Amino acid sequence: MKAAAAPLDPRRPAARRTRTILTPEGLALRFTLASRGVRAGALVIDLLAQMLLLIGLQLVLSAIARDLFGQKLALTSANQAMELLYILYVIASFVLINGWFLFFELGPRGATPGKRLVGIRVAARDGGRLSAEKVLARNLVRDIEFVAPIALFALLLPGGAWVASLAALGWVLIFPCLPLWNRDRLRAGDIIGGTWVVEAPRRRLGTLLSAAPRADAPTSAGYRFGEAELAIYGEYELQTLERVLRDGQGEAMAAVAAAICGKIGWHPPGSEEVRGFLTDYYTQLRARLEAGMRLGTRKLDKFSAAALGDYTELP
Amino acid sequence: MASGGALENGGKAALGLLGRLTRRRAGAEAAAVAAALRSDRFRLEREADWQRLEAIVGRIERGRLRGLADADLLALPALYRTVASSLSVARETSLDAATLAYLEALVSRAWFIVYGPRISFGQWCARFFGGGWSRAVRALAPDIAFAVIIMLAGGCAGWAAVAADASWYGAIVPGAFMDERRPGASREALRGVLFNQTHQDMLPAFAAALFSNNAAVAILCFALGFLFGIPSLLLLAQNGGIVGAMLWLYHGQGLTLDLVAWLSIHGTTELSAIVLAGAAGLHIGRAIAFPGSRAVVDAAAAAGQRAAPVMLGAVLMLVIAALLEGIGRQTINTTGARLIVGWGMLGLWLAYFTLLGRRAA
Repeated sequence: MKAAAAPLDPRRPAARRTRTILTPEGLALRFTLASRGVRAGALVIDLLAQMLLLIGLQLVLSAIARDLFGQKLALTSANQAMELLYILYVIASFVLINGWFLFFELGPRGATPGKRLVGIRVAARDGGRLSAEKVLARNLVRDIEFVAPIALFALLLPGGAWVASLAALGWVLIFPCLPLWNRDRLRAGDIIGGTWVVEAPRRRLGTLLSAAPRADAPTSAGYRFGEAELAIYGEYELQTLERVLRDGQGEAMAAVAAAICGKIGWHPPGSEEVRGFLTDYYTQLRARLEAGMRLGTRKLDKFSAAALGDYTELP
Repeated sequence: MASGGALENGGKAALGLLGRLTRRRAGAEAAAVAAALRSDRFRLEREADWQRLEAIVGRIERGRLRGLADADLLALPALYRTVASSLSVARETSLDAATLAYLEALVSRAWFIVYGPRISFGQWCARFFGGGWSRAVRALAPDIAFAVIIMLAGGCAGWAAVAADASWYGAIVPGAFMDERRPGASREALRGVLFNQTHQDMLPAFAAALFSNNAAVAILCFALGFLFGIPSLLLLAQNGGIVGAMLWLYHGQGLTLDLVAWLSIHGTTELSAIVLAGAAGLHIGRAIAFPGSRAVVDAAAAAGQRAAPVMLGAVLMLVIAALLEGIGRQTINTTGARLIVGWGMLGLWLAYFTLLGRRAA
């Protein structure tokens, strides 16, 4: 019996990045860990957004300050107003930089705008709730991973102690590199917070592809295939055929139809008939393979024999 | 009559033939419908539920919770379980990759919502300040006690080091503080720093710079708890040492009480914040060094989650300390008033941490 290799979708990402969580209902939910580049990109977008907001805030505050000066207030009260605005700005920038991640990751989508743009989100590693403490912890540690290296480098470099500064830089750079050495791609904040970052795909429901006597389904073109003709292919080929039909590219469909006809010994259909031919083959192949599924035999692809066995996809 | 009979027979035969043809056509259609894939029928029967769940989940994700009808919100958990069971069945019986992918994505999104954070940011803030922070601080009491001891020890060590050899002052106290205050300065110079107001227009810059410096120290204390808490211990001792060295300097000129008053306006809050941050770092460091029967990452995660609210509170305390420093330090000028403000703040903090959030016994 072949080992379970999850033949469902050939487009699925590397199995190394798949993790499974068991929900309280007993369902095994599969998640894909976000790749490191994508996470870095999301962080860059977030930081850029914060910077833009801060610049906007500065402009607003300086416009207010100019307004105050323009009204020719007495110098001392104008100074005090400036000081107040400056304090407001410092506090607002601190709140923005630290509260940005907390506010968004506690929301219903568990993702900051940067993460939302690239399609990832934060999840609790043990499959439980994403609590506020977890989000807090993972974001408080970001300072050491991101701010500390830069600050330390800037601090030590002008002093001329460049050996010490390089050593310090190397030591501190361990933290940003943690995700590289980690099977679950956890950075230090994820380890302390008990979270990980997963992809958050959204899919549309595709149309039904199988031929059926219903208004919304493709009509059968009348081809009937026998047992021998359907027994050649397995689930992988079925998925490929489904993809080809959904994409609807003429050349691809013609090529697939020619390949199938080559295997079963028929003449390839004409160009107008290709879609109907493929739809019928898809419908009947799927009916056959699903009937086999119900009986417990599954055929992975054309190279493997139909095997008795239930391959669960739990790693 | 025979012809009529023949006609009748023929008619009957014709009718019979027609009937058989019709029945056969109906049978063929029925067979065709039956032959439509079971998995497709499965999907057609349940599609309405899936679309409904998708609509509800989409609304919640976009944040439009208010526009959601009560019936929809109440139906969410049941719908989620229905669609989850559809997914289980579909995994075992269907080879329609598009439907499977759709269901996986939909169930994941619904799972995040149904099992997501139970409270909003605003509610969490109310809970945090209404007792959650105090409870978190009380939970870390052993680490806080240890941090206080380390800081006091650092203070004594700083005093002793500078008393033995005044040149240690430059090593202990960072250069930013060393404008006029150094060993050998006259009493008038030292007193002048405490009591004159020439730094008035530096107020906000001072507050801001000190605040970011202290916030950085505190956050480093916490984040470096990673490394078994040793950097937290060192930072605590260092801060204690700075205070101890400065106390020795002013003590030499008989200005101890004045310095204590000057520092305590913001210092009680600030040092408490640094103690809290150090305690949070120590808590994590202890968990990493002595994880007990759990895996190190699990112990670290649990400790991090206990320590994180304390850390956030420490940073907020530093904001308050910076405000006190920037505004109060120059405007409150008498030693008595400074002592009252500073130690009154400490009393308030202690009351806040020990009394709030206690459940009725």
